[in-house]
Amino acid sequence: MAAAEIARQVGESCRTVPLSGHVGFDSLPDQLVNKSVNHGFCFNILCVGETGLGKSTLMDTLFNTKFEGEPASHSQPGVQLKSSTYDLQESNVNLKLTIVGTVGFGDQINKEDSYKPIVEFIDAQFEAYLQEELKIKRVLHNFHDARIHACLYFIAPTGHSLKSLDLVTMKKLDSKVNIIPIIAKSDAISKSELTKFKIKITSELVSNGVQIYQFPTDDESVAEINGTMNAHLPFAVIGSTEELKIGNKMMKARQYPWGTVQVENEAHCDFVKLREMLIRVNMEDLREQTHTRHYELYRRCKLEEMGFKDTDPDSKPFSLQETYEAKRNEFLGELQKKEEEMRQMFVQRVKEKEAELKEAEKELHEKFDRLKKLHQDEKKKLEDKKKSLDDEVNAFKQRKTAAELLQSQAQQAGGSQTLKREKERKN
Amino acid sequence: MHGREKTKEGSSLVPGCTSMEEKPGQPAPEETPSNAPPGTVGRELFGYVGIEAVLDQMRIKTMKTGFEFNIMVVGQSGLGKSTMVNTLFKSKVSRKPTGPGYEERIPQTMQLQSVTHVIVEKGVKMKLTVTDTPGFGDQINNENCWDPIVKYIKEQYEKYLREEILISRKRKIPDTRVHSCVYFVPPTGHWLRPLDLEFMRRLSKIVNVVPVIAKADTLTLEERAEFKQRIQEDLKAHGINVYPQEDLDDDSDDRLLNKKIRDKIPFAVVGADTEHQVNGKRVLGRRTKWGIIEVENPAHCEFPLLRDLLIRSHLQDLKDVTHNVHYESYRVQRLNESNQLAPSPAAGLLGKHEMESNL
Repeated sequence: MAAAEIARQVGESCRTVPLSGHVGFDSLPDQLVNKSVNHGFCFNILCVGETGLGKSTLMDTLFNTKFEGEPASHSQPGVQLKSSTYDLQESNVNLKLTIVGTVGFGDQINKEDSYKPIVEFIDAQFEAYLQEELKIKRVLHNFHDARIHACLYFIAPTGHSLKSLDLVTMKKLDSKVNIIPIIAKSDAISKSELTKFKIKITSELVSNGVQIYQFPTDDESVAEINGTMNAHLPFAVIGSTEELKIGNKMMKARQYPWGTVQVENEAHCDFVKLREMLIRVNMEDLREQTHTRHYELYRRCKLEEMGFKDTDPDSKPFSLQETYEAKRNEFLGELQKKEEEMRQMFVQRVKEKEAELKEAEKELHEKFDRLKKLHQDEKKKLEDKKKSLDDEVNAFKQRKTAAELLQSQAQQAGGSQTLKREKERKN
Repeated sequence: MHGREKTKEGSSLVPGCTSMEEKPGQPAPEETPSNAPPGTVGRELFGYVGIEAVLDQMRIKTMKTGFEFNIMVVGQSGLGKSTMVNTLFKSKVSRKPTGPGYEERIPQTMQLQSVTHVIVEKGVKMKLTVTDTPGFGDQINNENCWDPIVKYIKEQYEKYLREEILISRKRKIPDTRVHSCVYFVPPTGHWLRPLDLEFMRRLSKIVNVVPVIAKADTLTLEERAEFKQRIQEDLKAHGINVYPQEDLDDDSDDRLLNKKIRDKIPFAVVGADTEHQVNGKRVLGRRTKWGIIEVENPAHCEFPLLRDLLIRSHLQDLKDVTHNVHYESYRVQRLNESNQLAPSPAAGLLGKHEMESNL
């Protein structure tokens, strides 16, 4: 009875209809925001830079708190990544902040592989998310997202140009993460040197094709400020957690014999700009870019690598099914082949072992036979000897008895002769 | 503003810190007493950082991308579904018979009609899709009349799933999944009919069902209360989980709020799209010889409650429950069954992936 036809009026769709009163869905963004607040936010920053460039201090200054950690030593054998998670709360916003720092970056003598642990770490986070997404029973909305949203690359304040290690590392990272280069410890550079340094850096990055993160300029409310900030990249920052009294306020600053550098003074360094851009204006955009651009790229590459493709547009799901069926069968076939191989190898080994054992057994038998034969020979010899000895003994006995007989005969004869003689005498 | 806003003024103490590396945590200098649980280290913010600006960023971003909302209205003909939708969204989103001269043909077979409109309010753009079901329950033999609806809902899930599995997928997957299904119960005053029970039982498993008592102006307040009571008992006796579902409450605030709503389900509503003069104001209402029923007056009918639930406070929640609960369970079921039968894209994807990762 219910043969249903789903009639879609496509022609009428997306017609804008005027409202005759207040409906109330303008609270939608607020509903969404409230849900996100209840759920909490997470933000993951990766700090890449040589040891001693002030990465931890900058993090402390950025988030206005003291994260734990002692300064790393310079004698690490390889680059390691150290990540720590903190729960920050400001008014009603819960932020789960993960800071990943590189330990030992740039300290080795041979730095060819320095970038590898970093790339592997980023890939591992993407992989974890991808695995969760591909599961059948998944909990995506409660999943602790550990993908790196922003990578702050700390450039040493040499004043000349980028080091080759920097270029290589940034080139490897630019397609995987949003890179924001910053000039660390920029109180070591004078103002004029700084502008030249920045120009040199940006031109080197462009000429090497490194894609750093550009602040988005498509939304009118932030387009202007983002546009001007884009021109100030890379930011020259100074980090400090000490507060000094300047004028009549306590400010974060570094004190030198020749003056005091104020961290939050825009004329002194670009720290305020960095904070604005990173946290106050673009945090959400950084997260979105990570998810929609970098993660999707990783996912696509990974899935294509595993051999899955979207097929030609005309036969979408079904030939996909066939491809997958074929691939699955192929895979199963491979497994079976491997199993067969293993089985055959096993059988062969067993045979070999068996043959060996048989040979050993044969040898033993032979040995046994030989020994037996030897034994018999000896026995026979001994018996022969015994026999001959016995014979001798017998012979001796015979001679003895014969000799005794002779003796007794002789005695008798002699006795009888004496008797005879005596008789004759008597006569 | 409706909604659960927990506002705390000023920067407060941090609940906990977890270090993902195996090195011993060092207690930070604490200047104010910590109420963090023992074993965790508090991180205090020494000043304003600006993390809460992320809320504004989010707000701006969502206003730019706009929202999508898909609502389905189900019920027998003549219960005022189209009028209700028009009243809800205060615009002519649903086509319906206008004058008395119009002969409403009861369709021979049940059809689903979807109409999409874009409505804008105070800068917030919403793409609203209303799916109507003329002919539902109108035949003599209504067996399996819910099948086309179930099929339609599952088709939308399937569409979304297909898009999600693609290798190169779109930035924003178009969401045509039904976020809420408003079921109109005829105001008999007695109990739920077998058709109602069957329908709601099947559909509450795959979509958020919001039952309403249609044309409630035929019931007095006492009759209304009794009817509601009986309906609630019926629903509980048959194990039908309507929106807001009990087992999805996150915390005590949610539970409290949702309990209040659950006590009032199903809402007794009256729909009207003509305006009348009452006490000098123009109000939406129905004029009868014995008085004017004001649709937006909470004392007359519960339309404001329905509107608040659907639009002003729980719209995002409806979408979230659809995405996180109903869509996920459909996905689980689909991937499991295709794993056993012919492998489907995701199953092949998944199976090979799992097999490879297990090697």
